[in-house]
Amino acid sequence: MTGKARNAQDKPSTDRIEKRIVLRAPRSRVWRAITSAKEFGTWFRMNLDGEFAEGATVRGRVTHPGYEHVTLEMLVERIEPERYFSYRWHPYAIDLKVDYSKEPTTLVEFTLAETEGGTAVTIVESGFDRIPLARRAEAFRMNDQGWAGQIKNLASYVA
Amino acid sequence: MSRSRGAAAAKLTEAVPLFAALGDATRLGLLGRLSVDGPLSITRLSQGTGVTRQAITRHLHTLGEAGLVRSARRGRERVWELDVKRLERAQRYLDQVAAQWDAAAHRLKAFVEDP
Repeated sequence: MTGKARNAQDKPSTDRIEKRIVLRAPRSRVWRAITSAKEFGTWFRMNLDGEFAEGATVRGRVTHPGYEHVTLEMLVERIEPERYFSYRWHPYAIDLKVDYSKEPTTLVEFTLAETEGGTAVTIVESGFDRIPLARRAEAFRMNDQGWAGQIKNLASYVA
Repeated sequence: MSRSRGAAAAKLTEAVPLFAALGDATRLGLLGRLSVDGPLSITRLSQGTGVTRQAITRHLHTLGEAGLVRSARRGRERVWELDVKRLERAQRYLDQVAAQWDAAAHRLKAFVEDP
């Protein structure tokens, strides 16, 4: 990423999202849930083949209702035990007719820290400004397919 | 899937120039300047960028065609300013990704907190 792009990011950021959540569980438990491919797949709703390791490509199939046709690849970048896990992938790679493999990826980073009562997890996904225009435009189509509805589903799942 | 195919296609086509316009570091820089310093002339916008006036003009027109900025006459000079509504729409893309991560983070929470 160039310096100019980074400066622009602070203003109308179209490049990056960040989420922070505190989990009432020990760091070792959270670390396993994020870096065991099997466990990651359980909460993320994917079936993943293989294990996460630096430099590894792990393929998966989405198990989320309505998206079962979607397959994806996670390119694991860096693993620092119990602290940091990162991988790259193609966001919104849901169109079977499209070969996403030559397009830029976004970087997903999980950072763990111990905090009062549990473990703080920060999730950052960045690099959206390099995603081809047509791909990002496609997301507008998805918007009406109801992310809000999915959050409601989730609420009932968690409850 | 509630929305008609035609409406979705129209929406898609409409969004393409927007993302093309955003896909350049100089143009993102110009948007940054305009969002902080308000309406500026091309002369002011090219100062300190190492980019020629001509190039800045071209970039502004690209941004203008995508509806991100517009020009207005102020006295004898022409100034460029942000078209905020359009930018808000670009932000919606990230809002969707963020909503997905919200959902995933909550599933992760339920997953590790369950005994």
